[in-house]
Amino acid sequence: MRAAVILFPGSNREGDVIRALAKASGRKPALVFHAERELPQGTDLVVLPGGFSYGDYLRCGAIAARSPIMEAVRAHAAQGGRVLGICNGFQILCESGLLPGVLMRNSNLRFACHLQHLRVERDDTAFTSRYRKHQVIEVAIAHGEGNYTADAETIARLEGEGRVAFRYCDAKGAVGGPANPNGSMNDIAGIYSENCNVLGLMPHPENLVDSLVGGTDGRAMFEGLAALA
Amino acid sequence: MKANIIVTLKNGLLDPQGKAIEGALKSLDLAGIESVRQGKIFEVELATEDRAKAQDLLKRACEKLLANTIVENYRIEFS
Repeated sequence: MRAAVILFPGSNREGDVIRALAKASGRKPALVFHAERELPQGTDLVVLPGGFSYGDYLRCGAIAARSPIMEAVRAHAAQGGRVLGICNGFQILCESGLLPGVLMRNSNLRFACHLQHLRVERDDTAFTSRYRKHQVIEVAIAHGEGNYTADAETIARLEGEGRVAFRYCDAKGAVGGPANPNGSMNDIAGIYSENCNVLGLMPHPENLVDSLVGGTDGRAMFEGLAALA
Repeated sequence: MKANIIVTLKNGLLDPQGKAIEGALKSLDLAGIESVRQGKIFEVELATEDRAKAQDLLKRACEKLLANTIVENYRIEFS
């Protein structure tokens, strides 16, 4: 798998995701600067890493979403190429229009930073083929603006088309209530694009790929992607 | 030509900063403040003197970047 990780000013999780991708695929991803206009030839997967691009100025992800490389990312996605946006990368995908909705300030106004259970909503996409449907996984979250918000019509469309990728839940898989760390509508932790080739999620699967740091529940996402290309 | 662009959160959406400021103002014994919502102002200097052109340009600036119209409203005021 040829992966390209985009580096924006203020990205800070690119190292983690490069490590997770390299470990799963045996090939080190390319690191692509935001001012570039083209992706490396043969790129299978583009990753927008977490962090605080442009210091979260204006709105989280807003300025990064308008950077030159995003035109190439948009073209890659339009051709069916896979795009993964994690945390700030999810915010960038929403701001760029590649995914619908917006990530607002956490409803309890606190920065959420802890291990979190998620329910895998489907196991037939490129990103989740190594999980089981409704499997409960534990990964890290670290964000202040992860409160997924969209109008009623958009939420209904996402639900109707099976485009919710992950929901916040408790250890037993029960969604909602106190298991929702940020007030996200319908307990949404991640969503897919129409063709499921673009995934945005607030949690950090790339941080749970090594038992040394507390868990390996994130590994299956990268191994599944690596097995495809 | 100068213009101000005012961006505010749509009604009904949680505005945590506004809520915190509202609480602080109320704690200062400033009677009569019902609620506070915080927004942003962009002061823009324009090359054109043509009001209609400026209006059109700034509208595009708002739609493309300055406001996220899913959750924010904007208005353009010329000074």
